[in-house]
Amino acid sequence: MRSRTPTPEAQRAPDALEASVARAFRRPVAALLGCVALLVLAILASASQGAAGLPVEGVVRSLVGAVPGLDVEQTLTTQQEQVLWQIRLPRTMLAALVGGSLAVAGAGYQGVFRNPLADPYLLGVSAGAGLGAVLALGFGLDLSWGPIDALPMAAFLGAVLAVIGSVLVARASFRDPATLLLAGVAMAAFFSASQTYALTRLDETRAREVLSWLFGRLATHGWQPVGMLVPYVVLAGAVLVLHARHLDVLRLGDDEARSLGLKPARSRLVVVTAATLITAAAVSVSGLIAFVGLVTPHVVRLLVGHSYRLIVPLSAVLGATFLAFVDIGARTLVAPAELPVGVITAFIGAPFFSFVLWRGKANP
Amino acid sequence: MTPQPPVGAGAPTPLRPTHALRTHDVRVAFQGNEVVRGVDLELRAGEWLGLIGPNGSGKSTYLRSLLGLVPRTGTVELGDGLVPTPTDLSFMPQAPELPPGMTVVEYVLLGRTAHLGWLQAESTQDRQIVASVLRRLGLASFADREVRSLSGGEAQRVVIARALTQQAPVLLLDEPTSALDVGHSVEVLEMVDELRHQDGLTVIAAMHDLGMAARYADRLLLLEHGSPQALGVPEEVLDPDLLSRVYGHPIRVVELDGHLVVVPAPRPTRPTGGRHTAIDLESRRMEEIS
Repeated sequence: MRSRTPTPEAQRAPDALEASVARAFRRPVAALLGCVALLVLAILASASQGAAGLPVEGVVRSLVGAVPGLDVEQTLTTQQEQVLWQIRLPRTMLAALVGGSLAVAGAGYQGVFRNPLADPYLLGVSAGAGLGAVLALGFGLDLSWGPIDALPMAAFLGAVLAVIGSVLVARASFRDPATLLLAGVAMAAFFSASQTYALTRLDETRAREVLSWLFGRLATHGWQPVGMLVPYVVLAGAVLVLHARHLDVLRLGDDEARSLGLKPARSRLVVVTAATLITAAAVSVSGLIAFVGLVTPHVVRLLVGHSYRLIVPLSAVLGATFLAFVDIGARTLVAPAELPVGVITAFIGAPFFSFVLWRGKANP
Repeated sequence: MTPQPPVGAGAPTPLRPTHALRTHDVRVAFQGNEVVRGVDLELRAGEWLGLIGPNGSGKSTYLRSLLGLVPRTGTVELGDGLVPTPTDLSFMPQAPELPPGMTVVEYVLLGRTAHLGWLQAESTQDRQIVASVLRRLGLASFADREVRSLSGGEAQRVVIARALTQQAPVLLLDEPTSALDVGHSVEVLEMVDELRHQDGLTVIAAMHDLGMAARYADRLLLLEHGSPQALGVPEEVLDPDLLSRVYGHPIRVVELDGHLVVVPAPRPTRPTGGRHTAIDLESRRMEEIS
């Protein structure tokens, strides 16, 4: 080896290597553009489908016309305009924001826990939010604050409380992801029991309302929930995307990550906090929508490989796209009634996830 | 025109002649049980130190304590008196984690982590360092392979590439060849030796194979139950009586073609013909007692 003869690979054209390295660095531009195009398509479809169908061309004109400085001829009637801007678009945007939030949080949790089964509800978020919702819907607990209604506020606080509980129980062991995971299981069990107990104390109508919320339901309350969600999505989403590099280092395990100069416990704390806030915000306006956060990162892995630098941003866009499409089904499949959107995501997500597991492709 | 990679990319920043690693009274205890008991060491820049000793003698723990992976007491400092950080020490673990789906480029790139700020992404320069290290180690054609798909020897070269990309002046190796056959072991150790001569790397390697340790290390440190038993050039430390005592088995050291070879002493010759297993001898001894 001391006089190593040049091996064939050493003689390979250097630009091939540069290309490989560049490919590894390449921002996920193409994939991201593709997913964004899909998302736009989903939003258009969702905005024009519903009880009263709107002409797609008119919808596009109205949307383009809303951009300052762009002046196009409008073809929608005043009433159609109202349906579009007061009912359809807020609902569509809410679906996209919730889907994106859950998916990006799921990617974050899977990276932090190095576990392909991690999902946004892992650390007791669901049970905590559920308990909050039961207390607000069923018992009239009023924590409303400023423009935020009692229900989202109670659900948000319940979710955050449950996660803080998990982190405190795991305390010193925050260095060890497995302990945190178990603490989440314990916390979820406690909050679920409380929630079930509270449910038994309710009359049937109220219990039914609570249950329908728990299944995951997108509200049609105009722009207010969208406005509530946006700051979380922007802030927590940015934190998660910026820490995707840390998640790639964490894949080597804590010891190697530390020897490379990362502080795993600190990275984990930041990612878990961001993912929890974004999940709690989403849950507070939509209830529990199953499988989006679990499955979307796996779909992205099948498409672009295992680097979190790609998985995190693409999960956000693809999750948004997925839920916007699913919401069309929720509103139209049994019209004029509505299906809880969480039921449809579970119907699609569960078989798909089983398939991924069966193929043996579910690696974190 | 794209900027050329810096000359000798993959080499650490030049060291001052005094620059080396010093440890004083390094101790590590797990639940009150001391597993490293006061290791004093002073390394010249460019020196290769071999850590030897039986299983459980604290070789790995000592290495991990230098990296701050286990809580330690005592001092660890560089020649300039500073406590080493991950830009000073690169580490090759005994069983490196090879994540599924991660490509060689992505893996080697992680070696730049210590040089990046909390939210900083890799720059063009980091990229060029990765490319030049891959080329230097003859790994260019492996760039897009998944690390899981590599053979043991290839994977070990990729891990060395990651360590080089870290550009640290001190390289810590934990049993770098424990999973390799003799040919690949020599290949990996020759590669490390070549790199340390070219780049002036200081190497500390925990090594099982005493012959290999004698061949590559400038000095050896023999540990027993965490305590240093001998420190010096291989000819001094590889004393048959000392090794026999520490390893609990008669050991012979012979010289072959100018290299020291360490072998267990031949089995005692049996009194009569026929093959005897250890169990036969044991049962005969039992009969003699009764």
